[in-house]
Amino acid sequence: MTPIRISIAASIASLLLLLIVFELIRGRRLKERYALLWIATGLVLLVLSAWRDGLNMVAGWLGVSTYPPAILFAVATLFIIIVLLYYSTVLSKLADENTILAQRLALLEQRLTYVCDGVTVRAADREPGSEHPGETG
Amino acid sequence: MTDPRVIAVVPARNEEGAIGDVVDEIRRCNSLFDVVVIDDGSTDDTAGVAASRGAAVVRLPYNLGIGGAVQTGFQYALEEGYDRAVRLDGDGQHDPSALALLLGPIERDEADIVIGSRFVHGSGAYRPPLGRRIGISWFAKLVSVLTRQRVTDTTSGFQAMNRKGISLFARDYPNDYPEVEATLLVYKHRLRLVELPVEMREREHGESSITFARSIYYAIKVTLALLVAMARKHAVPEEEAGTG
Repeated sequence: MTPIRISIAASIASLLLLLIVFELIRGRRLKERYALLWIATGLVLLVLSAWRDGLNMVAGWLGVSTYPPAILFAVATLFIIIVLLYYSTVLSKLADENTILAQRLALLEQRLTYVCDGVTVRAADREPGSEHPGETG
Repeated sequence: MTDPRVIAVVPARNEEGAIGDVVDEIRRCNSLFDVVVIDDGSTDDTAGVAASRGAAVVRLPYNLGIGGAVQTGFQYALEEGYDRAVRLDGDGQHDPSALALLLGPIERDEADIVIGSRFVHGSGAYRPPLGRRIGISWFAKLVSVLTRQRVTDTTSGFQAMNRKGISLFARDYPNDYPEVEATLLVYKHRLRLVELPVEMREREHGESSITFARSIYYAIKVTLALLVAMARKHAVPEEEAGTG
C-alpha cells in the first residue's frame, strides 16, 4: 500500500507545479503551446497522487504492488522525457529558422550595399583593361 | 547566345591572410568570373580584404558553419541569375586554374555537378593525415554503396555546377561537413554527378576547421545523417520557371 504521507506530499508537489505553470502563463512568460505538456504532467501526477486506489490499481497491473509510489516516479520520468524530446524539436526548428534569417539578412545587406554606393563591383566592370567590358550592368 | 555567367562562391572564415590572393587568382584565371565571398562570421578583416579585391561580399551576422555559408553563396548565385557556380575554399587550397577543367562536363551538358576529387586515379600525391584519410574513404565507400555510383571523394569542397545544381543547393544544403550529405542529395534528386581528378595544395594560412576530436564526432553524425537521408523522400527539384 502507498504510505499516506507520500500521497499528501506528491499531491502538494503536483499542485505546486500546476500553480507555477499557471502563474507563468498568466505573466506571459510561458506560451500556452509549450505549457500544455507541463499541465498534462501536473494533472496526471496529481490524479495518481490523490487517487490512492487508482495508484494501487496501476501498480497492480504493472506488478509493483509492493511499492506503488514507484509508479509516480515512472510517470514523472516519462513525462520529462516527452517534454525534453519536444523541446529538442522546437530547438531544431528555431535553429533552422535562425539560419534562414541570417542568410536573408546577409543577402539583403549585400544588395543594399551594392545599390547604395556601388562598392561591390562585378569582375567585368572592374578591370579597366578587361577584354570583356561589362555587359551584366 | 551569350556566354553563361559564372560565379565563384568562396566561403571564408578568418582568412584575411589568404582571401585576397584567392580572389585575385580566380580573376586571373578566368577574367569573366564574378566572385562572391561569404564571410561566415569572421572576427578579422576577411570581408574588407575581399571587397577591396573586387569580390561581392556577403557577411553573415554570425557564424553559421560551412554548410550554411556555402548555401548562402548558392542563394546569391540563384537570385543574381547566374548560370554556373563554382565553389572553392577561402584558404587557397583549391587551385583556381582547375576551374575551367571542372566546368568542362557542364558546358558539354554531361553533368549537373562536377566534383574535384583528390583521389580519382591520376590525381597527385595528396596525403591527408591518417584520421582524415580513414574518414574520407569511409564516407566514399558508404556513399558509393548508397548511391550505387563510384564516388572517391565525398568531402571535396571543390565543385562546379549548373543552374540545376545551384537551385538544389540554394534550397536544401546540409550543415557541418556538408559535402558528404550533399552528394547523396544530388543522387536523390537525380542530378548527374561527375568526379574529376584535381591537385590539392597545402593550406597557406589559418588552420583547417576540423580537428581530430571533432572529426570523430562528425564521422558519427554524418553517418547517421546519411542513413536517415536515405530513408527520407526528397522532392525532385521543381522545373525552373523563367527567372529574370
